[in-house]
Amino acid sequence: MLRWLKSPATETQVTHGQRLWLYAISVLIMTLLVIPTLIVVPMSFSHSQYLEFPPETWSTRWYGHYFGSSEWMQATTTSFKAAVLTMLVATPTGVLAAYGLHTSRIRFVRVTFVLMITPMMVPLVLVAIGAFYAYVQMGILYTITGLVLAHTVLALPLVVIVTGAALKGYDMSQEQAARSLGAPRWKAFLTVTLPQIRFAVVTSALLAFLTSFDEVVVAMFISGGDNPTLTRNMFNALRDQIDPTIASISTIMILVTTLMMVLAQLFGQQKKPSK
Amino acid sequence: MNQDGLRLDERLERLKLFGLASPAILLILVILVVPVGWLFYVSFVGADGSYSLENYERMWKRRSYARIFRTTFEVSFLTTGLCILIGYPLAYFIAGLPGRLANLCLITVLLPFWTSLLVRTYAWLVLLQKRGLVNEWAISLGLWDEPIKIVHNMTGNLIGMVHIMLPFLILPVYGAMRAINQDYMKAAANLGASPRRAFWTVFFPLTLPGLFAGSLMVFILCLGFFVTPAVLGGGKVIMVSMKIVSNIELFVNWGAASALGVVLLVLTVAILWVASRFLNLENMTAGGGH
Repeated sequence: MLRWLKSPATETQVTHGQRLWLYAISVLIMTLLVIPTLIVVPMSFSHSQYLEFPPETWSTRWYGHYFGSSEWMQATTTSFKAAVLTMLVATPTGVLAAYGLHTSRIRFVRVTFVLMITPMMVPLVLVAIGAFYAYVQMGILYTITGLVLAHTVLALPLVVIVTGAALKGYDMSQEQAARSLGAPRWKAFLTVTLPQIRFAVVTSALLAFLTSFDEVVVAMFISGGDNPTLTRNMFNALRDQIDPTIASISTIMILVTTLMMVLAQLFGQQKKPSK
Repeated sequence: MNQDGLRLDERLERLKLFGLASPAILLILVILVVPVGWLFYVSFVGADGSYSLENYERMWKRRSYARIFRTTFEVSFLTTGLCILIGYPLAYFIAGLPGRLANLCLITVLLPFWTSLLVRTYAWLVLLQKRGLVNEWAISLGLWDEPIKIVHNMTGNLIGMVHIMLPFLILPVYGAMRAINQDYMKAAANLGASPRRAFWTVFFPLTLPGLFAGSLMVFILCLGFFVTPAVLGGGKVIMVSMKIVSNIELFVNWGAASALGVVLLVLTVAILWVASRFLNLENMTAGGGH
């Protein structure tokens, strides 16, 4: 231990002992980063009205409350439907766009790329009230269709950026080789390029799912009626009181997110195509 | 002749490829650009339906609006500043660790990054409330005597926002630090620079692009933030985006809401434009998208 403290930690020969303050602060910050979210999990299993930690009596009362409420169940269904559909629409649309922008080197490409990432830059509130107005005109307010379209627009920049980055690191001459051997472009893309950028595509798809599943502000305006999202209902509940049911829903949402990330990692492990 | 034909073919091919982006372009235009353009138009229409600047004049004349803008900037600057103060040392710490350990520590940054914003805001609401854990622990540790109000005010809002924004700062800074060739530091030490001097004259300047990109990202996200101040601010922290929402939900005043929205958008674009003169923005999106 003492030897470790005196051993150099950096190229400039600062020892570990001299950097103990940095280690202490960092561990503290990392704890503060993780704990607030994770502490909700045990709290959700408390029997009490008031969220306690550690819970005095454990129970699944609030989960019962959640699964027993038709309102929460309806909102959960809407959220999952919207997230899956957003994933299914945003991924192919975004991958096509990224591929199109990458291969066609015409003048508008830069401008189009900026257009593609505008949904990331425009304040969400503005997107929300704009979509609200447009949907009233189009008659798709409070529909899943409307929700999916808006969430797709929010997810597109992520898909285009992640897939675009993968395409930049991919050697296009492989696709050209396939084409010179007679494969049409679409076939060359599907059988040669796509398998090699598939980690990026899967990551984009999961990001699109999460974008929709976690989105609050836009959903606040354009979801409702028969199709409120989970986040919309949660947000409204938060404004009123601290309902322990929210802790159980939060736990479930953490679980969904973690699952998505583990999936992304699993796909990331097999970097080389198995063929 | 043949050459011209080939060139034409190639141009057609490129246009066709560009066409692959058209569904995405169409969606963004219809759902985002056209409606926002309409809001832009509405912001110039007065209560009587004719062209007017009254929606913008209101912002100048009413002191409540000045306060809202001041709050918005205050929150954004404070959050960005705190994120730099907290995030930079952590990024530095993680960047100095060996690979496997660094990845493990990065998870503590990524986990909150992936977790729903609403869940994190809720968690802070629970922790910071009067009978919450923070008050309970602080009292048992003797830090203060009776429960103090740390939520539903600026303090609570800042705690929540810094927590939510930190990953946006840490990831690009970490990326910049990892990219630094360690030989530079060795060379600096070799040439007689003290560790402190080597850090400030060699290492720190090399991390500036990442720090700049991260801070910019945090600042811009803060400007338009809604959920966290709405929940943790408890009505005491009113930011521009919240005023926009209440203008629509409570007063159904599209003109006022649109004008505020336009100002917010113009501010954001102006900041990005100025920043883009010093920085390649594609780096920023790459950092944020990790």
